[in-house]
Parts: sequence; C-alpha cells; structure tokens
Amino acid sequence: MTRDFLLAFARNKGAVIGLAIVAVIILMAVFADVLYPQDPWDMVGLPFAPPMTDGMLMGSDMLGRDIAAGIVHGARVSLLIGLTSTLAAVFIGVLIGAIAGYYGGWLGDLLMRFTELFQTIPNFVLVVVIVAIFTPSLTSIVTAIALVSWAPLARLVRGEVLSLRSREFVQAAVTCGQSNGTIIVKQILPNCLSPIIVSASLMVATAILLESSLSFLGLGDPNAMSWGFMVGSARTVLRQAWWMSFFPGVAILVTVLGLNLIGEGLNDAFNPRLRRKRTA
Amino acid sequence: MPQTETETQAPGVAPPLLEIKNLTVALPDEAERPFAVEKVRYTLNPDEILCVVGESGSGKSVTAHAIMGLLPKPDLRIAAGRILYRGQNIVAMSEAEQRALRGHRIAMIFQEPMTALNPLMRVGDQIEEALIIHTDLDRKARKARVVEMLDAVGLPSPETLRKSYPFRLSGGQRQRVMIAMALALKPDILIADEPTTALDVTTQKQILDLIKTIQREHKMAVLFITHDFGVVAEIADRVAVMRHGRVVELGPAQEVLTAPKAEYTRALIDSLPHGRPTDATVARGGPALLAAEGVTKVYRSGGTRVSKRTELVVSDNIYLTIHPGETVGLVGESGSGKSTLARAIVGLLKPDGGRILFQGTDLLSLDRAGFRPFRRHVQMVFQDPYASLNPRHKVAEIIAQGPIAFGTPRAEALARARELLGVVGLDASAGGRYPHEFSGGQRQRISIARALAMEPQLLIADEPVSALDASVQAQVLDLLADIKAKLNLAMLFITHDLRVAAQICDTVGVMQHGRIVEYGAATEVFGHPTDPYTRALLDAIPGQAWHASHPPSGGPPS
Repeated sequence: MTRDFLLAFARNKGAVIGLAIVAVIILMAVFADVLYPQDPWDMVGLPFAPPMTDGMLMGSDMLGRDIAAGIVHGARVSLLIGLTSTLAAVFIGVLIGAIAGYYGGWLGDLLMRFTELFQTIPNFVLVVVIVAIFTPSLTSIVTAIALVSWAPLARLVRGEVLSLRSREFVQAAVTCGQSNGTIIVKQILPNCLSPIIVSASLMVATAILLESSLSFLGLGDPNAMSWGFMVGSARTVLRQAWWMSFFPGVAILVTVLGLNLIGEGLNDAFNPRLRRKRTA
Repeated sequence: MPQTETETQAPGVAPPLLEIKNLTVALPDEAERPFAVEKVRYTLNPDEILCVVGESGSGKSVTAHAIMGLLPKPDLRIAAGRILYRGQNIVAMSEAEQRALRGHRIAMIFQEPMTALNPLMRVGDQIEEALIIHTDLDRKARKARVVEMLDAVGLPSPETLRKSYPFRLSGGQRQRVMIAMALALKPDILIADEPTTALDVTTQKQILDLIKTIQREHKMAVLFITHDFGVVAEIADRVAVMRHGRVVELGPAQEVLTAPKAEYTRALIDSLPHGRPTDATVARGGPALLAAEGVTKVYRSGGTRVSKRTELVVSDNIYLTIHPGETVGLVGESGSGKSTLARAIVGLLKPDGGRILFQGTDLLSLDRAGFRPFRRHVQMVFQDPYASLNPRHKVAEIIAQGPIAFGTPRAEALARARELLGVVGLDASAGGRYPHEFSGGQRQRISIARALAMEPQLLIADEPVSALDASVQAQVLDLLADIKAKLNLAMLFITHDLRVAAQICDTVGVMQHGRIVEYGAATEVFGHPTDPYTRALLDAIPGQAWHASHPPSGGPPS
C-alpha cells in the first residue's frame, strides 16, 4: 500500500520537483548556522554591493548586510511559521469539523455558523488586526495565521465525516459497542486523512505568503530576519539595487511553488482510483 | 474449458442481424487478467431474445458496451475481432457512422433507472431528444410519437406524464421511460444490460413481460444481459453463458437450461437458491429470545415546506418473536420497512413507539449506557461487504474491535480473531491483511466473523447475500446455516429474495408497506400462502415453471 503510494507520487514529475525544492529549503534552514555562522543582521561588507562582490553571492543591502545570509536564515522563519501555524490550524479545523459532522444537530449548526463567521472576514485584514493588537512576535503571527486558516478545513472535514458517518463500517462499530470518541478517532478520521494532508500542504504555502505579506508591511517579528521583511525594506531602492528584493522574492516564489507541487502530487497519489479503477 | 459454439440458426430465418466474431478486448496492464473478453463469438438473429448470462467480471457487459462503442477509453480497447451489423463492421466505422447507428438502429437500456435519466429534464423531452437527432419529424409528429411510446410501455396518462420530471417516477416507471426512449426510433436491436436487477420482484416481472411483448410485436432482436437464471428461463430464446471473458456455452434456452453441456453452466444452475423450504422444524416453545411489539417508525420528509410534507410510516405496529435457535426471515420489497425493524433492534435507530423485548428487557426504554451490555448479544451482518469493513484497518483488528471495546485484552482479542477466521472458512493469515485484498464473498465472511466475535445470541443479517454472485451466495448461505446450527444462534434474516428466504428460514414474515401481512412457518407461508400479496410475490419469482420442471440436483445430471 505504501509502496504503491510512493510509486504514484513519483510518477508525477511536478511533485518530485516540488519535493526537491522543499528539501533544499529545509536543508538551508537546518544548516543556516553552518553556512552563514554570523548573525544575518551584521554588517559584513559595503552597502549596495551588487551580487558576487566581496565574496557575497547575492550582494549586500543598504546597511551592508549579506543578502544570501538573510535568505538562508529567513528560510528558518518562513518554515517555522508555515509549519506551526498549519499544525495549529489543522488541529482546530479537524476538531471542529469532526464534532460538527459526527454529532450534527444544533451543535453542528452552531459550530458551522461559528466557522462561517471566520470565513466571511477577509483573511489578511484579520491577521493584520490581530498582530497589530498583540504586537508583532513569532507567537502572535503564528496564532493569527492559524486563526484565519482553520475555517475551510473545518468545512472540508465536516463534509467528509458526514458522508463517512452513515457508512456501514461505522454502523458496525456502533453495534460493536465502541464509544463515540473511539469511532471518530479510529474509524472515521483515518478515512479522511488524505484530503486533510493535501489541504494542509497547501496551507503551509499560504501561511508562508501571509507571513511575508505581514513582514512586508513591517508587522513581522522585529528580531527575525524574514524574506518578506527583506523585500519590504528594499522596495524603496528597487531601481538602484534590484538584487535586494529580487532574491528574497524568488525564495518566496520557489518555496510556495514547491509546496503547491507537493500538494497536487499528494492529491493525485491519494486518488489513484480516479485514473485506474475503471474496469467493471 | 469446453467451447461449444453451436451457431444455431433457425431454418427460414434471415441472416443474423448482429455477428460478434472473435472479439477480444484488452485490459490495462495492471489488471488481473490480460483480456476482459477473449475470442467471444455469438450471433443475434432478428426476432429473438438472446440472454448473456454470467457472474460479475465475466465480461458480459464489456461485450455489450463494445457493440455500443461505450468502452471506457483508454483503459479498454478492442484488440482483435469484428462486430458485424448487417454485414458491416462496427469496429472499423468512423465515429460519425457509429453515432448514426447508436441510438437509431441499436438502442440500449441500463441497470440503474435511478441514474440513467437526466434529473433536470422532463421525461418527454428526453425521449424527444433522440427523435430530434435521428429523424426529421416536425414538432407535432415528435410529440405524438412520444405519447405513443409512453403508452406502449404501459405508463398511465402519457399526456401528463410526458411533462413530469424523473424524480416523480418510481424505479419501475423510470425503467419504462428508459425503454420508451430506446424504442422511440424503432431500433432493430435492443441491448438490455441487467435492466431488472435494481427492481423489486413484482416490478421485475412487469418489466420482463413488457420487454417480451414489445419484442414479439416489433420482431426486434434483444440482447439481454443478466446474472439470474430465473430471468433467463422467463424470457430467453437462446442463451450464451460467459465466464472469465469467454463464452463457455451457447445454445437454445431449452437445451441450456435443462441439459447444460458445460460444467460451469451446471454449477451455476445448481448454485441457484432452490427455494424449497427447510424440512427441519424448530420447537417454538419456551420463552422468546426477542419479541417486538407494536413497533412504529414514521419518517418525515420535507418538514419545512408545508405543501410537500409527507409522512412515511414504516414498521407500522409490528409484532414479531424470535426463539433461541430459530431463524426468522423477513421478506418484502424495498421500502417495506424490513431494514428499519432490523436497525431498530440493534439500536441504530430509535422507533417512535412500541417495545422490543430482549429476554424480557425492553431495549427501547434504555439509554445509551443501559443499552450497551445488550450490544454483545445482538449483532448484525450488513448488506454491502464493500462498505461494511473499514478500509484502513487490518482484518484481525476489525474482528477484534468489539471485544476490545468491551474490555478484552488486545492480544487475546486478536488471537481469538484469528481463530474465528478459521470458523468462517478463511486462513488465519488473512488477519494481517487489509479488506481490499479480499473478494466480496470473503469480505462477507469477515463481516460474519466480526459479528461472531461478540458471541451473540441473536444475529441480524440484513440482505447479507444480495450483493454477491449466485455461486458465492450459496457458499455464504451454507456458512450461515452451519454456524447457526453449531452455535444454536437465533437469526433474523432479511431479504428481498424469496428463494433465499425459503431455503434458510424456519419462520417467515412477509412485509408490505410497513406491515407484516403474513407470518408463519416457512413451509406454510410458501406452500399455502393466504395473503394476496404473498401470492403476488411468489408468482413474480422468475423462472418458476422451469424450477418446477427441473429440480436442481446436487451432483452431475444423469
């Protein structure tokens, strides 16, 4: 089963490329201190140095900080925020979606109205407001992103649970005397794992974009070097020093692209039936 | 494998309308066999009904779909062979030529009348569509033809019915509309792919009669695909028996049914439920294990729209008792309320009234916690073996889940699960595999093992064999009978198939519109039915004359 899954995933070339991209980014984040041991905020060369001068691969910014060091250290921030906020959002979304789908009735209605409340507020505005209120820090950014991203997942999980709940294997578990909690966790959730994983992989990409946008607006964590901050601070000198915003911009683009490719690959690998099971 | 290819052609009849010559359809590489059908050949003559019989996966539908150009590309492709319609090879035709033939000269009706009609179009418009495409009749003439067709298939008030949407029609009525659609262009050939499988027995009988009448009237050629030898006996002129993609026997219906040449045909005929009541009588004395008294359940739909509010009373004042070791059958057509009663007994739904007494305790008065201990004693085997096993769990875990929920240590429960696999005729190593690795019949065995793991006193089997092929059906029924006898289990057996009920049940209740209209010993109910509905049901069993004249034997025929 696992082998089939890997084969199906590997058959999708885009997914393999995406995996390679994300693997490189992860390696960059893990070995940031080895590659660039000095603080990315340190001045290491002349300001406004174009790429490939003074041993700086991507040049320096207006304060003489190494852009390449910023990119490598920024990968940590982006991945950290992307992953933790997605984990938190998946937790909230699955919990609310599963309860609403399994129990239904007034409880389900209540939870879904609550979910809709979050869906109707524009995401970015809500994030900005939350971060502005709680002062920008890694924690407040992660919390804000998680709070705006769980709602669509909750709806998705509710739909899956709703259709699985009436399946005969769930009824069989009921007649075997399993408790509601056991039925949700052991019978139903494993069967809606694939859509959850697929949408989670796409949520990581969205979270990274949200964080970059926040940093661009100056609402990032002031102690963390991040790609969005680099693009934002360099935008005023875009015409004199293109490399300052170009390289972090490319980093964001490539990471998000890689994650989206993985998401699509997972989606295809989880649904091999769509292509194969046609023989009747 | 004997390949009897008697190209029977009645003398004085025109050359065959349709000839299938060595048709081979290739399956994709990862499939379990290289060809869906291999070197299939049969002919279809004008004015005859040819039945193609076989179990699921035998390739009977693939052949029909190849004729209609409906093979799912690119998975299935015609690798070799020809399909000749009046001497012209359909396989070699261009898409446009095929389209002109399809629907016009060759029409098809499908198994599932519920999904074969477009739900957003009035039925009259759907029939008219084919007329617009294939004829140059003007609007008035088309309308007249639609009404004529609806009338021909025996639908009431065709003038108004023409303007209704499919959801207003019952399954049988929809199938009639499908037939009207197929007949609108007066085709030479009608291909019917299991057209009565999804219908109730009494409706099935009406549709079979209709197809037969229309065929005789128009002297059409009908290619009728079915898995049921009873249906074959009812309508076929000639029969082709298929297995694993090959035609194993081909000949006149009379011959194939009474003196089958191929061993496989014989096995298929013998595996049919014989429908003769069991002789063994169970002492019905002593206290009842389960008694259902006055159980009612009302389904309300469309409660918000005042005008559409309907109340469907199912299980209306049911009275039923089951004694230890007794098998009670509930038979009836879809919507008669038999599953509702079963689900009420296992606690999957709450009736609106009545009492269900299990060894004297009223199950309906208990709350969730109070009901829990009784779950051990009442277990259920579900209808669909593909939906009733969790695809993400290993078989041993599925079987052990009940005992584990009731506090049996995990290791002990898993060991017991492996023993139970032996009891239901599977290898103990099956426990480590996932459900998708098993066939339908094997899955149903796993489902039975899961129920037995709880050591129940009452087993509720809700249509446990209706999703299975005839030969597998016989094996699972034997298994159930065997287990029941060994463990002295009481069983409530729900089925729509009277032949199956007669075979396995001691006592039978016939249900109609939520009521039990007849209740008694199986020999009595089937031998001397008193209720008109029971008689209608028994009359509708296909192939009765043949069953009566040809009692199936256990061994090879003399």
